[in-house]
Amino acid sequence: MSERTIELEVLRYHPEKDAQPHWQRYSVACREEWVVLDALNHVKETIDPTLSYRWSCHMAVCGSCGMMVNGEPKLACKTFLRDYAGPIRVEPLAHFPIERDLVTVIDDFMDKLKRVKPWLIPAEAKAIEAGEYRQTPAQLKRYKQYTLCINCMLCYAACPEYGIIPKFIGPAALSLAHRYNADSRDGGREARRDEVAAYEGVWECSFTGACSEVCPEHVDPAAALQQEKIENTVDWYQAHLMPWLKK
Amino acid sequence: MSRRPYVREESWRWVLRHPRYLRYMAREFSCLFIGAWTFLLIVGLKRLAEGPQAWEAFLAALRSPLSVTFHVVALAFAVYHSITWFNLTPKALPLQLGESFVPDRLVSGAHFLGWGVLSAAVLWLAGAF
Amino acid sequence: MARSRKPIVWGPFAAGGTLTAFLTPVLMVLTLLAALGHAPELLAYDRLHALAGHWIVKGALAGTVFLSLWSAAHRLRITCYDLGVRADTRVAVLVYAAALAGTGAAVLYLLRI
Repeated sequence: MSERTIELEVLRYHPEKDAQPHWQRYSVACREEWVVLDALNHVKETIDPTLSYRWSCHMAVCGSCGMMVNGEPKLACKTFLRDYAGPIRVEPLAHFPIERDLVTVIDDFMDKLKRVKPWLIPAEAKAIEAGEYRQTPAQLKRYKQYTLCINCMLCYAACPEYGIIPKFIGPAALSLAHRYNADSRDGGREARRDEVAAYEGVWECSFTGACSEVCPEHVDPAAALQQEKIENTVDWYQAHLMPWLKK
Repeated sequence: MSRRPYVREESWRWVLRHPRYLRYMAREFSCLFIGAWTFLLIVGLKRLAEGPQAWEAFLAALRSPLSVTFHVVALAFAVYHSITWFNLTPKALPLQLGESFVPDRLVSGAHFLGWGVLSAAVLWLAGAF
Repeated sequence: MARSRKPIVWGPFAAGGTLTAFLTPVLMVLTLLAALGHAPELLAYDRLHALAGHWIVKGALAGTVFLSLWSAAHRLRITCYDLGVRADTRVAVLVYAAALAGTGAAVLYLLRI
């Protein structure tokens, strides 16, 4: 098995000792098939047990290990060391406050996720005896890709608008709103509109498209947001200029 | 353990962080050239309304190295705007036929084809060839 | 939470972005040819004056000017914010007013043709 030594530069921050974050360099003997997360685990186990970071599944499912690798938002468990030459710089996800080392404060995202009401709101509630809400394969396909989000927040770290307008609800949460709006079993579009069509909703998106480029699950949040913009624009013009169309 | 989260402020420098942000800025800067050229069009309408002599003077004024340079740069940005716009169109307007979605390449491709046909038609009608 | 009135400005932006994507490059080629001293036949005074004299063409030209300027203005507004100009309301008033003023001028000249 081939081995090589890489230089890992990690942004460290200890809330009780450091006034501001600083870089720390580790030399790591690593194997060919290692990902960035393996190198971090190796550092924590053999070199520096004080290093803090989040991870869980090591298979791009849990969405915990998002971090900046050489300035680009990445899942540490899906980023192979062999794809990098020279030192590898690892930082906490951009645009989020740093709790400690590579651990970020994600309260803002968790709050926004709740605000878009990411659950089925049936137009008319059915009694359980009346059976399930049925759906054709075509209706499923309409929103399927937007169900694949793992809440890793890479899109928030890539989105310049979220960086300069922290109130912006942002790519993942708005895509999830779109996922339910596009579901044939759902009737909650109007209930979600207060968030989606708010000043802090889809309208702060400038279609940079960075969210879709960095998304590890190919959710394509940028597409979801543009579709919501168009729907909300049509709704707005119908409500204000063509009131006779109002159901 | 007390919490003291460290906040990193975002400045305009995100533009330089990755080539994709520079491409985005190039796309957005196309507005300056499309806007400037549209004002040129407005001046042209003014001169056209003022009569044959004014119109000839307008055409003569267009013939300068500065004007040619402006046109070449503006055209490059306008074409870049068209390319980015048509490439992103299938995201904003996905087309579902039956169960599956029409591939993005086809939706974009249809727009590029329409753009080409329209441009050729305008050039032909204008007597450019 | 307050719903945004952005659809008012975004609708013409999206329409203008589409229109300029299809039309602006080829129109620029026409004036580029004129700049190179090879003005196409259409740009001869008699032909162009006759064409622009038709009310449908006048309407189309006024619409093209408005949508082109509006979408450019909206993009410029967002670019200003992206690059750190945080006085968004002032920028918005300025760029949208410029787009409307340009459209007004174009309508005025078109009525004189």
